[in-house]
Amino acid sequence: MRFACIVFPGSNCDVDMYHAIRDELGEEVEYVWHSETDLDRFDAILLPGGFSYGDYLRCGAIAHFSNVMESVKKAAEAGKPVLGVCNGFQVLVESGLLPGALIRNKNLKFICRPATLVVENNETMFTSGYENKQEIVIPVAHGEGNYYCDDETLKALEANNQIVFRYKNNFNGSINDIAGITNEKGNVLGMMPHPERAVDQLIGSADGLNLFKSILRNWREAHVLNV
Amino acid sequence: MSLTFKEPTAEMIKEKRLYADMGLNDDEFQLVEKILGRLPNWTETGLFSVMWSEHCSYKNSKVLLKKFPITGERVLQGPGEGAGIIDINDDQAVVFKIESHNHPSAIEPYQGAATGVGGIIRDVFSMGARPIALLNSLRFGELKTPKVKYLFEEVVAGIAGYGNCIGIPTVGGEVQFDPCYEGNPLVNAMCVGLIDHKDIQKGQAKGVGNSVMYVGASTGRDGIHGATFASEELDEDSDAKRPAVQVGDPFMEKLLLEACLDLIKSDALVGIQDMGAAGLTSSSAEMASKAGSGIELNLDEVPQRELGMTPYEMMLSESQERMLIVVKKGREAEIQEIFDRWGLLSKIVGKVTDDKKLRLIFKGEVAAEVPVDALAEDAPVYHKPSREPEYFRKFQQQEEVVPKVNDVKETLLSLLAQPTIASKEWVYDQYDYMVRTNTVVSPGSDAAVLRIRDTNKALAMTTDCNSRYLYLDPEMGGKIAIAEAARNLVCSGATPLGVTDCLNYGNPEKPEIFWQLEKSTDGLSEACRVLETPVIGGNVSLYNERSGVAVYPTPVIGMVGLIDHLDYITTQSFKNVGDLIYLIGETKPEFGGSELQKLLEGEISGKSPSIDLDVEKERQQQLLTAIRSGVVASAHDVAEGGLAVAVAECMMDGNVGAKVSISGEAVTALFAESQSRFVVSVSKDKKAEFERLVNATCIGEVVESGLTIVNDSGEPVIQAATKELQEAWKGAIPCLLK
Repeated sequence: MRFACIVFPGSNCDVDMYHAIRDELGEEVEYVWHSETDLDRFDAILLPGGFSYGDYLRCGAIAHFSNVMESVKKAAEAGKPVLGVCNGFQVLVESGLLPGALIRNKNLKFICRPATLVVENNETMFTSGYENKQEIVIPVAHGEGNYYCDDETLKALEANNQIVFRYKNNFNGSINDIAGITNEKGNVLGMMPHPERAVDQLIGSADGLNLFKSILRNWREAHVLNV
Repeated sequence: MSLTFKEPTAEMIKEKRLYADMGLNDDEFQLVEKILGRLPNWTETGLFSVMWSEHCSYKNSKVLLKKFPITGERVLQGPGEGAGIIDINDDQAVVFKIESHNHPSAIEPYQGAATGVGGIIRDVFSMGARPIALLNSLRFGELKTPKVKYLFEEVVAGIAGYGNCIGIPTVGGEVQFDPCYEGNPLVNAMCVGLIDHKDIQKGQAKGVGNSVMYVGASTGRDGIHGATFASEELDEDSDAKRPAVQVGDPFMEKLLLEACLDLIKSDALVGIQDMGAAGLTSSSAEMASKAGSGIELNLDEVPQRELGMTPYEMMLSESQERMLIVVKKGREAEIQEIFDRWGLLSKIVGKVTDDKKLRLIFKGEVAAEVPVDALAEDAPVYHKPSREPEYFRKFQQQEEVVPKVNDVKETLLSLLAQPTIASKEWVYDQYDYMVRTNTVVSPGSDAAVLRIRDTNKALAMTTDCNSRYLYLDPEMGGKIAIAEAARNLVCSGATPLGVTDCLNYGNPEKPEIFWQLEKSTDGLSEACRVLETPVIGGNVSLYNERSGVAVYPTPVIGMVGLIDHLDYITTQSFKNVGDLIYLIGETKPEFGGSELQKLLEGEISGKSPSIDLDVEKERQQQLLTAIRSGVVASAHDVAEGGLAVAVAECMMDGNVGAKVSISGEAVTALFAESQSRFVVSVSKDKKAEFERLVNATCIGEVVESGLTIVNDSGEPVIQAATKELQEAWKGAIPCLLK
């Protein structure tokens, strides 16, 4: 399976994403510069964390105008898995691939710590390797991870099972404890916690590895069926 | 030299002593006149004043810095370049340096701290290294006044803002609070980088005719005379110097970092240096001086973000995120391509010459022409008068007394809640300490540990300094500072490799302050020699005074160690119920400068704890051998607050508890701050092997929960639930900030 790891000026979790896929998942991964326009050769798209364009204007706001984003949208429409983590989630929200917004943490400070998440929907291509209601430890590191959306959107998210992860202890003020959501189709996941930082017990947790394994397993199943 | 803007003439500078406002004294100005054989113009006076400031020239500290051991078989680069470099085998090396940004942070804490971080990162990547970690060392007044709280919160936010954005993990540090830092906080930032031997760069302007290029952010009027500002005392008017504080742009620096690491792969690159303190002046003069060449700069080519900038302003600006590079003639386009990809400015601004002069051309005329060596090497060197202070004599004669403690448990809880001892989670919760996913031991243990990807090695790193001991006895305190930093590394399983130091002191023109500097550098040097940790670089920050009150002598020690195998990584937390708890080292009634003394008396006095460096070394070696033999479950050094605090810290993660027995006088056993001690836990089946390797006393056992301390007769002295200890320790700083 071939993964694209999109690099914007200011991305800084691109290396972590790259190593998670190459070293821990053992699949192919390539850095893709923000100016590229063709993502057809990839089976999945990863938007890593960081501070694209310095988070100036608004987190993710400038990155969503990058050339590469048209192709990301195309990949999403084609049903390929698209994962945005942290700043990547913010870019997905800014570009309209996911609903809602990410505003400043309720304490107005950057927060970096291991967070306990509850898996709310294990019937997605990203979470099928987890149990429902399973508690997993995935680190967070963000200043603007407080998820917000209007009532109507929230109802829809709940009704369609689009809320994939919730915080066990809501430290950033996210509405309904939301830590990660998918689009309606379920192939675009945005989450503030960093699964790519939880792929090896040596660095604190390996609970995030199952997310990448789920992507791989579901892709393989689909791929084998197509053959 | 008829320039189109209005500046004082050379004669006016001399007659009205305008140079004095720039920080030059009369003798120094005369020396400049002698070197040039004429009066310097306005720009030239500015060049000399910044380059001859303490910050750039070390003119007051040079005689003392010479004492430091700076060589060792692993040292690849000692002091003198952007950062020092030490070999870590396999053709890899570690690059590190610490630097102060005290005065800017006192005036504008967020930007002062942020640009301190930015500057030290540039020092490391200008060597060609990939920065892998940041640490810091902070000192503030006591967390009681709104001003101190504001400084503390903003400094932490500034460090977080810069480090998090650029994506280098802030993995460790220390924060201490004492009234002496109230008007003059200390903000020291350290950066650690990783490099392959073949990529090591130097800041040299070699090869006559080669091009001098300017890369990164454009030049503005920010930070003009920052280096001079850093070399004078703060006073009531210092807030008016806010324009001398630079503004950081971590996004720009992230691009510059990546571009420069691409750049070093090109053989068109000759030399590279950060435009740090004294900006364009120091980078050009130092690069030429080190190479024995000269540089001619065409200032009209310098990218400017403001209109009508003068040569003086351009040369003295400390705008951030800029580098000066020297490139082989004819290959400039390749270099420009690299910077274009990252959307960065790169411009040819001059050339390397053979006349050993720094020549500035502005609007077709020579705006300044001075010998580079005069700027970079020939600053006067002073050996200031030194006098033993009154207080020292008084303290040395003071009898050693054991403080009276009524309730030992309450005292332990109060000590755990002292901000200097209390959990710094409030601080490091704001730092991204995990980005780049190499952090194995995160903030909160004795030292941070980072794995080196694709190897079995890891690096341990720490910053440390107990300035109270240094105030009481600068020589002894200096030895302790080095020893304690090494102890932190050894506890994590590392062999200490070397030191970077940031010497923060008061005004050296006062003989008592110079005495502190003199004595403490004696102590530091000796400890570095005995513990075989050469000094590979650092920074001197003098004039840390406000309205005549000096900070304690605070030589912050940054130390890095090598862990040969991931299996050796050790943390301070007790691991398993039933493990035996050992104390390495003797406990004496030493309370001078201790947390207990500060808590009970509100101030410190007497003698600092003593240290025998040979004993220290032996104990460190024994413990390290035991760790490497796999018989140690946890290790922690005994520091502020003594044994009781150290044991409590080993159980703060809440998984297990401890039962410990003490012998002799209880207050001494619990709270004295005798040096060269460690608390270690060992699995019972490793008991014999551990005792064969290490001289240690078994003092107790790891239990399910809570802390119980009993005396010789088995009577309980302290009984505390883990939760009580945690609340005191974790709650203290958030509570003080409310």
